Amino acid sequence: MAVSLDDTINRQTHSTLSWLLSRQTFWVFLAAVLACIALTFMTDTFATKNNLFNVTRNFAFVGIVAIGMTVVIISGGIDLSVGSTLCLSAIVTGLVMSAGYPLGLGIAAALVAAILVGVVNGVLIAYVGMPPFVVTLGMLSVARSMALVLSNNKMVYQFGPDQALLLQLGGGTTFGIANPLIVLAIMALIAGFVFRWTGWGRHIFAIGGNEQAAILTGVPVRRIKVGVYVISALTAGIAGVLMTGWLGSVTTNLGTGMELTVIAATVIGGANLAGGTGTAFGAVVGAALIEVIRNSLILLGISTFWQGAFVGSFIVIAVAFDRIRSFRQSD
Amino acid sequence: MTVLELKGISKHFGAIQALNDVSLTIEPGAVVGLMGDNGAGKSTLVKIIAGNFPPSHGTIRVQDREVHFHKPVEARESGIEVVYQDLALCNNLTAAANVFLGRELRRGVWPLRILDYATMYKRAAELFKELKSETRPRDLVKQMSGGQRQAVAIARTRLSDSKIVLMDEPTAAISVRQVAEVLNLIRRLRDQGIAVILISHRMPDVFSVCDRIVVLRRGTKVADKEIAKSSPEEVTALITGALERA
Repeated sequence: MAVSLDDTINRQTHSTLSWLLSRQTFWVFLAAVLACIALTFMTDTFATKNNLFNVTRNFAFVGIVAIGMTVVIISGGIDLSVGSTLCLSAIVTGLVMSAGYPLGLGIAAALVAAILVGVVNGVLIAYVGMPPFVVTLGMLSVARSMALVLSNNKMVYQFGPDQALLLQLGGGTTFGIANPLIVLAIMALIAGFVFRWTGWGRHIFAIGGNEQAAILTGVPVRRIKVGVYVISALTAGIAGVLMTGWLGSVTTNLGTGMELTVIAATVIGGANLAGGTGTAFGAVVGAALIEVIRNSLILLGISTFWQGAFVGSFIVIAVAFDRIRSFRQSD
Repeated sequence: MTVLELKGISKHFGAIQALNDVSLTIEPGAVVGLMGDNGAGKSTLVKIIAGNFPPSHGTIRVQDREVHFHKPVEARESGIEVVYQDLALCNNLTAAANVFLGRELRRGVWPLRILDYATMYKRAAELFKELKSETRPRDLVKQMSGGQRQAVAIARTRLSDSKIVLMDEPTAAISVRQVAEVLNLIRRLRDQGIAVILISHRMPDVFSVCDRIVVLRRGTKVADKEIAKSSPEEVTALITGALERA
């Protein structure tokens, strides 16, 4: 009896392969790889160094914010204010640097602005108990308005003595790889590590799975929730600084509607809006797939008006695929 | 020696008197059934013992030491564990992750303190074995049966050196076979010298596993006697008020 009980308790139920096949992220990754292979054969232009460089750099910005969004969505929340926060941070960097201050101070000011946005979101959601959708919808409006107020709605395109450094940071390369992509890779690795190996990571999954259970078992739910929204805002702030360097100018419509692309990338990558599931790698793959779709339409000579239809269909297909699989599992 | 001693516990919420002068002593390894109709004060009493809120009057002593709880964590630290009615499990996490939720084991030195998966899986497997439950630490809770879910929730109470386990309606929403499993889990706890307070509406469960029965009616303790000297009929009469006191 004791032996058989031991066997039952210690039996491995999933092989590595079946675990992999049960992941939405894996299938989306496969779809992205297949799309890239197909495009390599169908066009002469896809697999060129220049095009690949552009594709990877373009999705890096969405990918960075998608990592922050993944954290929020895992915890069962949503952050609609990331596009506006990105714009606010970009404007703050621009204004500080054009006033003659160094790059370091410009970045610090931008990140402080982003953290403030995150703290306000987090406190209203965790301590006042308001729904994340409402709080961040309000912040979407407020943060962009702040960007307008601060810049007086003027374009910022001169960044003082450290201009070259800023342009290098956002638009330059290191070992032939676009800097934003490197930032994305580092952040994805950090996020992946935190999700798997830290108590904090474990707790955001617990909060997304059953918030009441997390409270009853002594998880500091409120504090963690504030942290979650600060991280989301912080990733938007980092992307904002990098985008400023890449574009070489900031206007107050930067990042308009970006929250929807970011949420799309996160969901395609396997995060569940109900909370409790999501991966850092998925966020990156989701962002990459959206950019590959966009790029392929251009290269294949299809009107970019079709882009929305393709991305939208893909969101539904990816989630439907997941539903079908879980139906099969429950049989 | 007693593990838990309540003396003259009263609790009022505004004008409503939820508990009135309730005293109760519990010895190690005792399984006490706490019964009463809805609104009789069972949950209020449980919440006071579990540290959700303090009593208006009266004293609580755990192992002959007076305690004042303000948060559930404080009660847990003095050896009082609670299995909640909905079990407070996260479906998206593994059995081991749920057992250690809020008390994760870590290894390494700060700032690189990482989760100690190996030890947590090993310890969870030991606890399931101790409870004689066929539950695998690596399985997700969402794939588990009601009995296995109960085992996960109960294994959680065995992490620390708990003295007393409060179980709130553990058999309310599960199948007959699983009820038997849960009652066995309760017997395992008792065999290890842990006192159990079982809050239940189900007369057969209480009579099959408890040594003693306490009945509350309208905030007052109306009975506290050995199960062998009582009967389901008497308890029903006490709960409904047909019998004033026993």
